[in-house]
Amino acid sequence: MTIRVQPAAFDPGAELNALHAAQVGIGAVVGFVGYVRDFNDGRDVSGLFLEHYPGMTEKALGAIADDAQQRWPLLRVEVLHRVGALQPGEPIVFVGVASAHRQAAFEACAFIMDQLKTRAPFWKKETTPDGARWVEGRASDLDAAQRWRER
Amino acid sequence: MIRVQYFARYREALGLDGEQLAWEPGWRCLDDVRRRLLARGGAWEVLADANLMCARNQELCALDTALAEGDEIAFFPTVTGG
Repeated sequence: MTIRVQPAAFDPGAELNALHAAQVGIGAVVGFVGYVRDFNDGRDVSGLFLEHYPGMTEKALGAIADDAQQRWPLLRVEVLHRVGALQPGEPIVFVGVASAHRQAAFEACAFIMDQLKTRAPFWKKETTPDGARWVEGRASDLDAAQRWRER
Repeated sequence: MIRVQYFARYREALGLDGEQLAWEPGWRCLDDVRRRLLARGGAWEVLADANLMCARNQELCALDTALAEGDEIAFFPTVTGG
């Protein structure tokens, strides 16, 4: 399991390829990349700042990845999240999961993102023409995380 | 002593990212500390937020989670990563 929280930009393609590297038992790799959009809740967004809780962030992401490994037979898991100042179009988060078969990889990747959205201590502040504003949490994110409880 | 941390919108409203508080023998759970802070009035009203989240020793918890001297706790708004 690899957990990285970093201000530096990253290459999602390189991360995805590295998940498979030198392990021929892997039959499926699923990757999710989240990007900074230039528009949100009716306003142009020219920049984003990601605040986090150093220490807890890494623990929370590790706990989420552990949960995923308990539920599915995974061979590799990587969660990479940027913090600090970002520009529209930049990748903000990468979740990559490798397993022998596709179903586990698809499900575990979705699970990790749904949990990250509601359990990992990150906060987004957007720069808009009207000034900077904190992004509000969404009820739909809570619903998405909740759906895994029934399984 | 306990350590209390504030993040994001709360940190800005309070002009403070964290502080040490002298332990009070009556404290049983995180909500006891939150109510002590709310009693400061003014900007501290931000901790009455219905969407407040909290953590004890860097793990998400509920406001009624038991508290012990030496803990690090945190209050913050709904998380918005990803």
